[in-house]
Amino acid sequence: MNRSHVQKIGFVFLTLCAIAVVAPILVVIGIVFIEGVRVMSWEFISAVPHEGMKEGGIFPAIVGTLLLTLGTAICAIPVGVGGSVYLAEYAKDNWMTRAIRLAIVNLAGIPSIVYGLFGLGMFVLFMHMGTSIIAGVLTLAIMTLPVIISTSEEALRSVPTEFRTVSASLGGTRWQGIRNIVLPQALPGIITGIILGLLRAAGETAPILFTVAAFYLPRLPQSPFDQVMALPYHLYVISTQVPGMPLSVQYGTALVLLILVLSMNFVATIIRSYFRRRRQW
Amino acid sequence: MNFNLAPNESSTLTMEKPKAERSTWSEFLVESSIRVVGFSTIGFVVLIFLFLLREGLPIFYEVSPGNIFGTRWYPTFDIFGSLPLILGSAYVTVASILIALPLGVCTAVFVREVAPQWTREILKPLIEVLAGIPSVVLGFFGMHVIAPLVRTNLDAPTGLTAFTGALLLAYMSLPTIISVAEDALDAVPKSYRDAALAMGATKWQTIWRIVVPAARSGIATAVMLGMGRAIGETMAVMMVTGNAARMPLSFNSLFMPVRTMTATIAAEMGEVASGSVHYHALFGIGIMLFILTFFINLVAAKAIFKKRYRGGLR
Repeated sequence: MNRSHVQKIGFVFLTLCAIAVVAPILVVIGIVFIEGVRVMSWEFISAVPHEGMKEGGIFPAIVGTLLLTLGTAICAIPVGVGGSVYLAEYAKDNWMTRAIRLAIVNLAGIPSIVYGLFGLGMFVLFMHMGTSIIAGVLTLAIMTLPVIISTSEEALRSVPTEFRTVSASLGGTRWQGIRNIVLPQALPGIITGIILGLLRAAGETAPILFTVAAFYLPRLPQSPFDQVMALPYHLYVISTQVPGMPLSVQYGTALVLLILVLSMNFVATIIRSYFRRRRQW
Repeated sequence: MNFNLAPNESSTLTMEKPKAERSTWSEFLVESSIRVVGFSTIGFVVLIFLFLLREGLPIFYEVSPGNIFGTRWYPTFDIFGSLPLILGSAYVTVASILIALPLGVCTAVFVREVAPQWTREILKPLIEVLAGIPSVVLGFFGMHVIAPLVRTNLDAPTGLTAFTGALLLAYMSLPTIISVAEDALDAVPKSYRDAALAMGATKWQTIWRIVVPAARSGIATAVMLGMGRAIGETMAVMMVTGNAARMPLSFNSLFMPVRTMTATIAAEMGEVASGSVHYHALFGIGIMLFILTFFINLVAAKAIFKKRYRGGLR
């Protein structure tokens, strides 16, 4: 067996590895889609669950997840984008900046269940927010921060230095340069980062287990201090805690969650590739 | 801290800045708040650790060390041996890395070195989709599709085993491993490849004898980050590993139920009274998880920063 045979066999092996990674993804999406689409109807996504959640729809859970995602966006975007502007444009290369970077790496690595414990300890109990939307939103927002900061920083750094120097040479202050030149140029990348962060928040279960999630609440929340049902938690509950749950309802819930998350993912991919092609530098 | 209006940082900006400052109060306000926000991340890490300590530290004097690090976890009888949980987490994590490392590195090599452009453009978004699938959906899929397969194929009494969990975890850490390993391969200078090819090596020999060894520290980082992801994963693991708190000590344990630290917190926290010993014990496990992932990420971050300073040349 000569070298070129070895290479051929090797490349076939690598191709098989890549297929082994990708194929199961398609299988998961395919099975959830085929099984879930059977139960899909207008009633399923617009009605309140009844008969011990076995009948009716999952409307409150959908609204809950959308509310949590929206709230997370409101809390996490200013802090996340501000943090990335600081790191990309203002931070000097000193120990303080390294500490911030280390903090971000660690925030990204903290297990989601530990965020749940933190949210319970700080927001729910210590700050007396109770199990509420606001406690969950704050927990999710802190969890989302590292994703938003690191992707936005990358987007800001990819804007060439010349853009800043030209702005400064025309008499603009540093902030004017950032606001009018750098941020608009980096915006597509920042939006992509925000969507990727929010997508993670929308799909997470562990951080909301003890901070927001209601087991069964067949009405919509009235205030930020209400509990709310959420899709990921609802899927967990009906697939493990409720005996005799029809499988089709479980698959249907999984499908709605998957569609929500994948469409966000799709939008992020489209924005990124569209602007990458249009970029003039 | 320097909240000066004209910060004399070493950027090109300052050199070309006109003498007359036209900054206004609002600008000062914006720049200060950006600084505050920048530093806030450190505050969040500290806050998280403080609150874990506040709620979890009592367990270390409420209960004897022999009890905490014992081999039996029966909270209802005040037996809080965390060893089976720690070992359970370690067992599942190591098993998942054994699956994910070869698969991830080979896929990264394929994407970066071998695949034609169009294949790459299909593979990369798909891998990103995998990163986006919520863990509870994967856990649900694992319960209903993978666990029955494991049970029938291995003739085991249950399909909810450490192996099922490791399989799911492997796929959940693959996106991290692949993208970090890809960056590492990308950072290997083209001249290395050119030199090897010029010496008459095939592409295959170049990859495995030159490129991958040159990228090994980046690949090690990929594995560390993948491990961090796997240890912290909660929902999928809780749904498919069977959650029996026993010591996984032999190879056979791979095909028996285990229980991880994360699953224990998630499953039991809902039922305990806040302030009870059991409550403190669960926060104690949280402290252990925090410290564990902190050090894993510290090691990984060291490697990442080093790469940045050396400009990717190893």
